[in-house]
Amino acid sequence: MKILTLSNCFFFALTLPLTTITLSAAHAQQPVSGYDYLTPEMQEMQIDDFGNPGMLTVDAGEILFSTAGKNGKSCASCHGEDGSKLDIKHIASYPVYSTELKKPLTLRGQILLCQDERIGGPSLEHSSAEALQLEAFVRRLALGETVNVDVSGEMAPYYEAGKNLFHTRWGQVDIACHQCHVYHAGRTFRGQTLSQGQSNGFPGYRYTAGQAVSTPERITGCLANLRAEPYASDSVEYINLEVYMNARGNGLKIETPGIRY
Amino acid sequence: MQKTRLFRLPLLFAASLIIPTTYATDASSPVQPYYEWKVENYEIKQPLGGLEGNAVRGKAIAGNQSRGNCLACHLLPIPEEPFFGNLGPPLTGIGSRQSTGMIRLHVVDQSRFNPETVMPGYYRTPAQLNRVAKALKGKTWLNAQEIEDVVAYLTSLK
Repeated sequence: MKILTLSNCFFFALTLPLTTITLSAAHAQQPVSGYDYLTPEMQEMQIDDFGNPGMLTVDAGEILFSTAGKNGKSCASCHGEDGSKLDIKHIASYPVYSTELKKPLTLRGQILLCQDERIGGPSLEHSSAEALQLEAFVRRLALGETVNVDVSGEMAPYYEAGKNLFHTRWGQVDIACHQCHVYHAGRTFRGQTLSQGQSNGFPGYRYTAGQAVSTPERITGCLANLRAEPYASDSVEYINLEVYMNARGNGLKIETPGIRY
Repeated sequence: MQKTRLFRLPLLFAASLIIPTTYATDASSPVQPYYEWKVENYEIKQPLGGLEGNAVRGKAIAGNQSRGNCLACHLLPIPEEPFFGNLGPPLTGIGSRQSTGMIRLHVVDQSRFNPETVMPGYYRTPAQLNRVAKALKGKTWLNAQEIEDVVAYLTSLK
């Protein structure tokens, strides 16, 4: 019996790399939204605009969006009433690389920049409630849009730095993000279910804390749980983490404001 | 991960030069000296500082959310508690499955069994930790007496 015919060899040569690719793809984690780890009651709360407490933050952002700054213009002057002139595909691609600043710009960073340069202030603190409200309103415009962060080219080193932080142990608890959110997603931690730590629902509403939060605030919450020293809201570390975390969720749909534990 | 580990090496070296004897413990624990411990065949045979544990106190620490919080991840025979996690294995009957010395090492520093564990090292050498909250710097999560109390409680679960 002649098993190794030329065509068979050809077939093997063709399937071998395919098998390798399939295996490595199976090993990598498929992104799953935090929504899927919620109780049915919490899921219902999220999708009901009147029941979702995060909508209060979105609504506050909508008012700020058309509030005039020092030079008499508002966000709405350029971006249209209710932000209708904004490109929702672009909103879904943040953080993006700014060739001007030569660093990644988060959605909140971009809003604060506009606030300073286009409408002449008043300047908002990065960690202020107003900054969070504006971010929530703008991100909400892209509800249902697919997260699509480009981490090629100049973004690559920031993605790698964020990935490194995601895999760094912190605090007295001495564990890294991935140890809970990759290895143990779906398991129960006291009364909560651990999610993959995806950011597609942020800015969102933390049910357990009873407040609206975005990615930097949520990471600070995690670091506090780990008994670690948090970073500043606009720190390089948080920006890099947001680059990595958003890109890690590429393909998920934006859910702002997502309800999370 | 490799990088993080390597990053700790100078810290470990520094720690070996200055023998840490004055570590305070967690803010809410009474201050006690840090006692060195030794691992032999996956056991810490000697009680920390030669202290004697109390199982009743240990049960209270294990169930307390701001102290041991063992039930955040483990099932324990404490029926009055409504929630238990399942990140770790159930601990019911652990005292008949493992020696006291082995239980002590699990509580002190679980990473000696599994380097990728998510279980906090309740008495892990503080100098090995990265970016600990300022108020907790140089402290262990539980103090030596509390460790011995928890060990006494777990050992009693036959």
